[in-house]
Amino acid sequence: MLVDSPPEPSAETAPAPPTRRAIRAAGLFVSVAVLVLVALASIAIGAKELSLEQVWHGLFEDSGTYGDVVVSERLSRTVLGLLVGAALGLSGAVLQALTRNPLADPGLLGINAGASAAVVTAITFFGVTSLSGYVWFAFAGAAVVGALVYFLGGSRGSTPVRLALAGTAISAALYGYLQAVMIMDEAALGKMRFWTVGSLSSATDSTIGQVLPFLAIGTVLALVLARPLNAMAMGDDTARALGAHLGRTRALSMAAATLLCGAATAACGPIMFVGLMIPHLVRSFTGPDMRWILPYATVLSPVLLLGADVIGRLVARPAELQVGIVTAILGGPVFIFLVRRRRTAQL
Amino acid sequence: MKAPRNQAGHHHLERTQAERVERDQAERDQAVPARAFRGRTVRAGGGLSVRVDIRAFTVVALLLVAALTASVVLIGTGDFPIPATDVLKTLLGNGDAGQEFIVNELRLPRVLVGLLVGASLGLGGALFQAISRNPLGSPDVLGLGQGSTAGALVMIVLFSGSATQVALGALIGGLATGFAIYVLAWKQGVHGYRLVLVGIGVAAILTAVNGYLITKADLVDAARAVVWMTGSLNGRDWAQVWPLLILCAVLVPLVLGNARGLRMLEMGDDVAYALGVRVERTRLLLLVAAVLLTAAATAAAGPVGFVALTAPQLARRLTRSPGPNLVPAMCMGATLLVVADWASQRAFGADQLPVGVVTGVLGGVYLLWLLATERKAGRI
Repeated sequence: MLVDSPPEPSAETAPAPPTRRAIRAAGLFVSVAVLVLVALASIAIGAKELSLEQVWHGLFEDSGTYGDVVVSERLSRTVLGLLVGAALGLSGAVLQALTRNPLADPGLLGINAGASAAVVTAITFFGVTSLSGYVWFAFAGAAVVGALVYFLGGSRGSTPVRLALAGTAISAALYGYLQAVMIMDEAALGKMRFWTVGSLSSATDSTIGQVLPFLAIGTVLALVLARPLNAMAMGDDTARALGAHLGRTRALSMAAATLLCGAATAACGPIMFVGLMIPHLVRSFTGPDMRWILPYATVLSPVLLLGADVIGRLVARPAELQVGIVTAILGGPVFIFLVRRRRTAQL
Repeated sequence: MKAPRNQAGHHHLERTQAERVERDQAERDQAVPARAFRGRTVRAGGGLSVRVDIRAFTVVALLLVAALTASVVLIGTGDFPIPATDVLKTLLGNGDAGQEFIVNELRLPRVLVGLLVGASLGLGGALFQAISRNPLGSPDVLGLGQGSTAGALVMIVLFSGSATQVALGALIGGLATGFAIYVLAWKQGVHGYRLVLVGIGVAAILTAVNGYLITKADLVDAARAVVWMTGSLNGRDWAQVWPLLILCAVLVPLVLGNARGLRMLEMGDDVAYALGVRVERTRLLLLVAAVLLTAAATAAAGPVGFVALTAPQLARRLTRSPGPNLVPAMCMGATLLVVADWASQRAFGADQLPVGVVTGVLGGVYLLWLLATERKAGRI
């Protein structure tokens, strides 16, 4: 595993033996199959229980019955979950590679909080109401905080502790700001308190349509960065010697992470820990090669997010536990476990 | 601080390479430029002597004067303004009946709560920052504030509790969180960096729980909860003063008595061992004290943002002396909170803006500055 032992670049960048590659490819197929199952569960399970037959009917022979309406609602929600989950997982993987920090997560580094604060500002003070309007604010907020934290992460002697602390402190300040806004404006409180926990319940076809282009660009950008990020994992000097453009890779990585988490946050509110957990899980069986980590993260992160969403709908039926709360409750212990297990300073 | 570090290197306790690297770095973080001690040594009979850092002493004195002045001004501020001379007269027991009621029953307890909460947060923050060996390792970043908030929100949202019940919930929440963080960070001892990271994880979980509790509440309870979460001194009376005062009276001397050990701890565990400090015991004692102080202060006024983060750092910059600067941090916290309360009343009218908003803004600006300068110095 990358983080337990120093990476052995030669073994990883040389073309893997076909058997190993076949196993990884097969694993990817299995992951896709699991994703399909979770997506079906996400459509079938909820306040109103639907049989698989009804799900099928709603998906392919929509005739406007009650069940079909439920299916179409849940379908939007599931699609949004797929997109946002993939975005969060990918941005987490990219950020971990970029900062060489195993504890990097858009939530922990305060990037989600930056996007949230910007969105709340846009809604409260600038009267922006449409998602396509405030998504730009989300990008700006995510970019500012991301740059700030990365600026810190790039400094000499930066450690995971410092980066995480800087991110958390910035988040704390931004959440303080959100609270101040909510105190002064009760209408904002009414709307914002649901949004700030992170939820998929706002999903509609138009939400999806508005964030889809950004997520698509971000995803492609992140996937293309796999090779340069592999080179960067070996240290700046080696990467330069291998012909990687450090500045360009860093800038593009930041851009990808900002696009992905800005759009995800604008659509669903801040969701933590998906970007932390999945890359770790993936690395444990793909090794440190970003060319495998990124596709796996794209497929498995939505499994986690949709799974968390389904759990949230099951435990609090007929109401629901917002997905951001479920991921935090699942992810927090994982984070603490990683902290306890790892020799954090080495990463 | 070169010598202690080399000394630490010789202690090959069974630590991993990584932990050593981390600790070395932490030690470097704390390393202050060596400078001659600029103070006086006061000798008493019987071989006793005390070193007095004149600059720190002056800073403490000035901060106390500032805190008291701000308190008098704050007592005089409100819908019914009272000139400072009358405030002083009333405080000494020579005021007229109307002023006596306003001062002694309404405004004095609020100011006292402000002073005590500020002092507790300042001291708690200084302890946390010294133990975690990081200027950002303050209780509001490490999850204590969120823990107290969770306790209070349970009372507000699920039980629609009275103010006393909310305070009790906050106290229990804070203490339980402190305990949980310590236990989760324990692994053959507690290291600063593990404490910080576990605290961050716990803070993240609790933030989500708090968000959930707020979505569960109806809008009235939610508004009350958000005001509480920001930290406010509104409507505080003698019932909040006494418990806090008693707690401070017990804990402050206890903490100051152990300040020497804490200063050694800042140089790293191995050095502290070598210098005869019982590392884990001292750390546990001081942590318990810090958690109690923070939890009690939060129970009284809500998690007033960033006082615990900024007060110790500002104090340190004023005194320019190394070490945790406990007493200056305490005085700075009290001054900060009372001045912020005055600003929130003065600038926006009484009851409009909770004091936590002012300290939060102040803290945010300060944080940016801290990140910029400390990064330049390579300490963050």
